Amino acid sequence: MTLDRPGFLDPVAEAQSCFRSVLSAMSRPGSITAMSHAIAAPPLDPATAAVLLTLVDADVTLWLDEPLMPSWDWLAFHAGVVRAPSRAEAAFLCVTALPPLAELFAGSDAAPETSATIILQVPGLTDGRPLTLYGPGLEAPAVIAPLGLPDDFVAQWEANHRLFPRGLDLMLCARGNFLALPRSVRIGEG
Amino acid sequence: MSGYNFAYLDEQTKRMIRRAILKAVAIPGHQVPFGAREMPLPYGWGTGGIQVTAAILGQDDVLKVIDQGADDTTNAVSIRRFFARTAGVATTTRTTKATVIQTRHRIPETPLRADQILVYQVPLPEPLAKLEPSRAETRQMHALAEYGLMHVKLYEDIARFGHIAISYDYPVMVNGRYLMSPSPIPAFDTPKMHRMPALQLFGAGREKRIYAVPPFTSVRPLDFDDHPFRLIRAPHPCALCGARDSYLDEVLTDDRGGRMFVCSDTDYCASRRDIAEAAGEAA
Amino acid sequence: MAYVAVKGGERAIDAAHDWLARERRGDPAIPALGIRQVEEQLGRAVDRVMAEGSCHDTGLAALAIKQAQGDLIEAAFLLRAYRTTLPRFASSLPVETAAMVIRRRISAIYKDLPGGQVLGPTYDYTHRLLDFSLAAERLDETEMRPPARPTDTGRRAMPRVMDLLDREGLMGAEQPGDAAPADLTREPLSFPAGRDVRLQALARGDEGFLLALGYSTQRGYGNTHPFVGEIRVGAVAVEIVPPELGFAIEIGRIDLTECEMVNQFGGSKTEPAQFTRGYGLCFGHAERKAMGMALVDRSMRASEFGEDVTAPAQDIEFVLSHSDNIEATGFVEHLKLPHYVDFQSELETIRRMRRTAGEDAAPEGEAP
Repeated sequence: MTLDRPGFLDPVAEAQSCFRSVLSAMSRPGSITAMSHAIAAPPLDPATAAVLLTLVDADVTLWLDEPLMPSWDWLAFHAGVVRAPSRAEAAFLCVTALPPLAELFAGSDAAPETSATIILQVPGLTDGRPLTLYGPGLEAPAVIAPLGLPDDFVAQWEANHRLFPRGLDLMLCARGNFLALPRSVRIGEG
Repeated sequence: MSGYNFAYLDEQTKRMIRRAILKAVAIPGHQVPFGAREMPLPYGWGTGGIQVTAAILGQDDVLKVIDQGADDTTNAVSIRRFFARTAGVATTTRTTKATVIQTRHRIPETPLRADQILVYQVPLPEPLAKLEPSRAETRQMHALAEYGLMHVKLYEDIARFGHIAISYDYPVMVNGRYLMSPSPIPAFDTPKMHRMPALQLFGAGREKRIYAVPPFTSVRPLDFDDHPFRLIRAPHPCALCGARDSYLDEVLTDDRGGRMFVCSDTDYCASRRDIAEAAGEAA
Repeated sequence: MAYVAVKGGERAIDAAHDWLARERRGDPAIPALGIRQVEEQLGRAVDRVMAEGSCHDTGLAALAIKQAQGDLIEAAFLLRAYRTTLPRFASSLPVETAAMVIRRRISAIYKDLPGGQVLGPTYDYTHRLLDFSLAAERLDETEMRPPARPTDTGRRAMPRVMDLLDREGLMGAEQPGDAAPADLTREPLSFPAGRDVRLQALARGDEGFLLALGYSTQRGYGNTHPFVGEIRVGAVAVEIVPPELGFAIEIGRIDLTECEMVNQFGGSKTEPAQFTRGYGLCFGHAERKAMGMALVDRSMRASEFGEDVTAPAQDIEFVLSHSDNIEATGFVEHLKLPHYVDFQSELETIRRMRRTAGEDAAPEGEAP
């Protein structure tokens, strides 16, 4: 039980500055961004908790995977989150292992914005297998090397990217840092 | 201002707008519907841009607001005051000092940086609206990337006038996928959008749409190989600063045909004059 | 140099607003208008502003009317902009208009019916002659004729005419909705729009727009053969169920006008012929608005009944996109804002086109 842990201390200002961090990360795929306000709410990492408090409330549905379920009451108290009836119907998923992307809601061609956003908590954003990113937001191809992605991630992402404008958007959080991979980005090995 | 939240909007509304902005960034050029709220300024007077700005603005931001390129046009003054009053943020007229620039109808002449955000006020976000008024229909066209209607319109222009007769709000393709309205900026400004280092956000309050162009994203005016997009600018230097590369306002000086041309971007013009003056003093 | 870049927008705005405030007050020798006076004596204006402002508060509506110098669209806008900042505590249960405390109730389709016809306070059958006695500076209370006798109409049981028709199986069944009704103040309009959204948009919609569209259906642009089944005006209870109590409590009473139109429907091979309904409901006493709404509601149901969609009033997207006068006035009036950047672009384009046309025409005198 982590209910006793505070959310944002200054909800208006901190939510705003966290959002600007998220916006900056989403605008520049792969750039490792320090979350401006760290919130301690284990098992959620500080960046994960801040992203959730910034974006999720009673107007959207959330799915937590088993290891993160102990944080449910904390999120319910601070954000009034609503449980998604299933993983496939969730607007936001916050997970410690990437579910098969093909099983999640990718939106429709007319309303691609209705797709899910995945917040994946990983052990680290560096020291993993290098991946090269191309696409909007990048002045030149960028290289990231996060830990904790499935072996077939590049193939899964390729399938996700091919759905464009449908598709899932992914954020990787590790401790106080995070990066974003919007569906518009292409990812290659190495 | 007591009785209202920071930047006027309540936090739940800001979160809703923020979620829409993120999806807009992830799908460059796609119009994301959002639950636009009634603002204390009229629809059509920048409520979309104001809501986007209100959702992103923080205490550390420095805000610049321009209308027609100028900081002192009445509506720009009114919007800048609104945020000074509801958010107490610092404001500036200098393009280089601003972190957030809200604009109507212009892109500043001074190139924007990666640490700046440009927020456009958009009256009609649907680039196909003049050709197909039903938003249910145009939504399907965007879903299928079916933009033949616009190509036909441009082709008809060429057949009739010898060139494409769109001088502002020139339709652009974003990231090679979405046809997008750049808002009613002059065609002169359109090329500035291409691979701009700053994030560009677009808010349409009455039509309840938000869209975005991430940094370094391809934004290409729709044209034909044999009829390429052309810049339109009055063929004069600015009468105040002498600039030959800036967009000009035409000012009537008497009722006998007297007229002069001056920079529409007042900050650009004033900065150039300051520099010239300083150089003059130094010499 | 004669020209200096235009400055002083800020000073101009301040001066304009000062001037407006003086103009609003008018001659200071004349007593200022009280909010209570507006509330009590300009009730129809207050009702319209509450309906189009989407907020039931007679005092605030009266304030808005005073502040807007009687410009009712401006007043509705003031109320909307205030409303949008209010927190939501609860959603009410559906109001029960069958249990309305009636002030006025008429039916055009039955000469008499349970509860009777109640003419109530109406301009109907008044002769539209200016009443110069109202121009007298003071109208003493004593000049007001007392009611002939206290009426008990409000307490009489008055079943809704439509329910009576329904009992006979002559009314097309309405689809009861299980889901919470949509709310276009939270979610943007999208098409096809359900009837819940349509009715909400019409209830907030501009009275003049609904009047004109309703009128157009009568003149043949999507005729629906309407009869006024019933118009009722009166007070209804508003109830909520607080989660901590678990049962309904009354939080107040509001005045409503409800209009139900009976419209023809020929039926089909599978369905027997029956009547269909056009529905209008709005805050306060606003018969013209409720009737226009009922006509347009029925017209927008054209495709539901297999009718051709040919007229503006039948086009759901057209009606819903243009019924809101706050949106409409904003966009029409934004043309007052400077557009000289775009106009300059147009000037240069037109000048170039004229040059090109001149070049094409030359050399002169040559036979084509």
